[in-house]
Amino acid sequence: MNQVIRLVPFALMALISLFSNPVAAQNTVPYTPVTAERLLHPEPDNWLMYRGTYNSWGYSPLDQITTKNVDKLTPMWTFSTGVNEGHQSPPLVNNGVMFITTPKNQVLALNASTGELLWRYQRELPEDLFQLHPTNRGVALYGDKVFLATVDAHLLALNAKTGEVVWDQTVENYLTGYYMTLAPLVVRGKVMVGVSGGELGIRGFVQAFEAETGKSVWKTYTVPGPGEKGHETWSGDTWKTGAVSIWVTGSYDPQLNLTYWGTGNPGPFIAAMRPGDNLYANSVIALDADTGELKAHHQYHWNDAWDWDEVSAPLLLDVQRPGKSFKALVHAGRNGYLWLLERKADKIDFVNATPFVRQNVFTKIDPESGRPTYDPQRIAGIGKRAEFCPSVWGGKDWPPAAYNPQTGYLYIPANQNLCSALTGQETTYQPGQLYIGVDFSKIELLPTAEAKDHIGEIQAWDINAGKKAWTVKFKSHNWGPLLTTGGGLIFSGGTNDRYFRAFDAKTGKLLWQQRTNSGVTGVPTSYRIDGIQYVAVQSGWGVDAQRKQELLDKAFGTKTFVPQGGVLWVFALRK
Amino acid sequence: MRRANDQPEESNTAHPCKDCYASRLLSRRTVLKSALGLGVSLHFARVADSAETDPKKLRPQIGDVFIFSSGDHQGQVVTIRDLPEGGPPAFAYPLDPKTQTLRDGSRLNRVLFVHLAQTELTDPTRAVAAEGVVGYSAICPHTGCDVSGWKAETQHLVCPCHASTFDPKDRARVIGGPAPRPLPLLPLRTVDGKVTVAGAFSARVGAEQK
Repeated sequence: MNQVIRLVPFALMALISLFSNPVAAQNTVPYTPVTAERLLHPEPDNWLMYRGTYNSWGYSPLDQITTKNVDKLTPMWTFSTGVNEGHQSPPLVNNGVMFITTPKNQVLALNASTGELLWRYQRELPEDLFQLHPTNRGVALYGDKVFLATVDAHLLALNAKTGEVVWDQTVENYLTGYYMTLAPLVVRGKVMVGVSGGELGIRGFVQAFEAETGKSVWKTYTVPGPGEKGHETWSGDTWKTGAVSIWVTGSYDPQLNLTYWGTGNPGPFIAAMRPGDNLYANSVIALDADTGELKAHHQYHWNDAWDWDEVSAPLLLDVQRPGKSFKALVHAGRNGYLWLLERKADKIDFVNATPFVRQNVFTKIDPESGRPTYDPQRIAGIGKRAEFCPSVWGGKDWPPAAYNPQTGYLYIPANQNLCSALTGQETTYQPGQLYIGVDFSKIELLPTAEAKDHIGEIQAWDINAGKKAWTVKFKSHNWGPLLTTGGGLIFSGGTNDRYFRAFDAKTGKLLWQQRTNSGVTGVPTSYRIDGIQYVAVQSGWGVDAQRKQELLDKAFGTKTFVPQGGVLWVFALRK
Repeated sequence: MRRANDQPEESNTAHPCKDCYASRLLSRRTVLKSALGLGVSLHFARVADSAETDPKKLRPQIGDVFIFSSGDHQGQVVTIRDLPEGGPPAFAYPLDPKTQTLRDGSRLNRVLFVHLAQTELTDPTRAVAAEGVVGYSAICPHTGCDVSGWKAETQHLVCPCHASTFDPKDRARVIGGPAPRPLPLLPLRTVDGKVTVAGAFSARVGAEQK
């Protein structure tokens, strides 16, 4: 420890502490502890985890705001976060207390009905940190604690009533390329996180910690090491820098006690630099919630060559089809296919896969195993350029899909009419440096002729029938996470025109829209206090949405300005 | 206003990054600022300075030479003939030639060089360049990534993280992307063909701290 602190007299420290008092510590709202039981069955009034429920539906049963009255939706209050870049986290609400996060690992606790600030935590990040993806996707709640995964790869437990740090656990060394952006997943008293850094030659993992103490309980690598099953799918030492990051919160099936995680692409981007299938990249993996044991997996596509992370966790649905009802995993892939899988205690079975955007890489998919065959012309090599569709950002990137049990529709925030080209180049691994095998500034985004008509979409798929029901089209690309409600609505932003919108969940008809301060890439949520249903979302454009916009502007010869700066918006019906 | 992080380091409420020097430094500065604000003796500041002058972490000092941190010449002293005219950029850490201390204790010390035709440089840039070699901080002032990309056709530096683009011919001014300011410029001169430091960085290196 340093000399200064030791030399400073105790009395001085007491004086300094006077100057570091909490911002607004009047706790006007009593705090209700979050139990394991409440996480299994969250009250409709609350939004206690990333997607509302463990099945990752993004569905609120609240039905005060309906297709009939949504035109009366109006802003009740807003809150400026004071931070630029991508605001992607959902406002979590627990009996009147709201928690949001912002880039640079700020956590704000607010009175969810009045907007009064209860407390604010702001992390002092290391001076030499670099942030490839300056964002955070939210906190997790358990007991009287709030859990935050930080961009310098720590896991924090904050006191939900005061914002004070209860414990701080180092998950990995940020100087070697590890960082975290996901909202943790809490299951039965354990806090689970995954690591980002797939572009920096990390070896990915999911790790669980005791909620009470921060002690590590288990850690499962997404790239198997020597002696582990699947290690043979990596050649030589490529597993050591194989990436396979985890940057979106997993789903959980309490009956099977399995957590389901989507996994990132292997690194570097160029497939020839790591021959083999590269398990468990671009997969869904089922990890035992108690032990972390990898019980099952399905690899959507092997030996990825397109930067198609498949990090979105699958939605857990019960599917009824003629002659077959089963417990499903549904995933709209960055690879442009909609995957339907069957989940069992010890395996994941392939059911079918259907392209939902134009895809020209898979030439066929094995009907039994679901393994795709590739068009070799679509695979870039060292010094070999290859064009492919969809683009590196895929048919659907991280913004979560949603499922409404009333309509039986799965809603996908999609991007159509975009392709990419990559050219590989020799790259040497250096800790903490980009390790992607591609000159980053030469990643090409190639709009097709139809992109002039539209790029962004919201698609509705009737999962039981296996058919697309309708498509909403946007001229802009779409980075909008989806919320669907018991009032028969879908809420989403995501476009570069700064709108936040409501659609009829049955028909896709636009029913309401509100222009906001910035582009809305936040996850919307809904909650109810004193009989009033609210819809809340953060508006704050940045990260990949901004980067893609710049490449689109270059391709189209346009100049689009989407202002930055985060604002939380809270809506309710006008009286 | 900050919350728990304003606590003294010795407290049990854990520090953001117990293992990393840079973070401790930040925290120390926070404490110091508070201390100075309260009229506490500068004695403490001097103690802190000695901690901040760890030669491996110190920013480039006048007279330092450079060692390539990557590429074909990795580990070798940077000379002007190792830097191909017209680019691409080369990356290096400063080395104190007296003590042979390589200042690679902080990634914020990483410097990039581009060798350009002197006639192409703007006057203020040429004034601090060494025979056409310009030196800049390799750390993007946006979110702190290494500016490792190079657009040969326009001779622009590109940050791979968010595509901020800089013109090395004109004090690394921002051509595009989210970077809020140019790359800090490092004045250079050559001594016996070796590229050396002629002055301090023109601005604070590293990402926005707000």
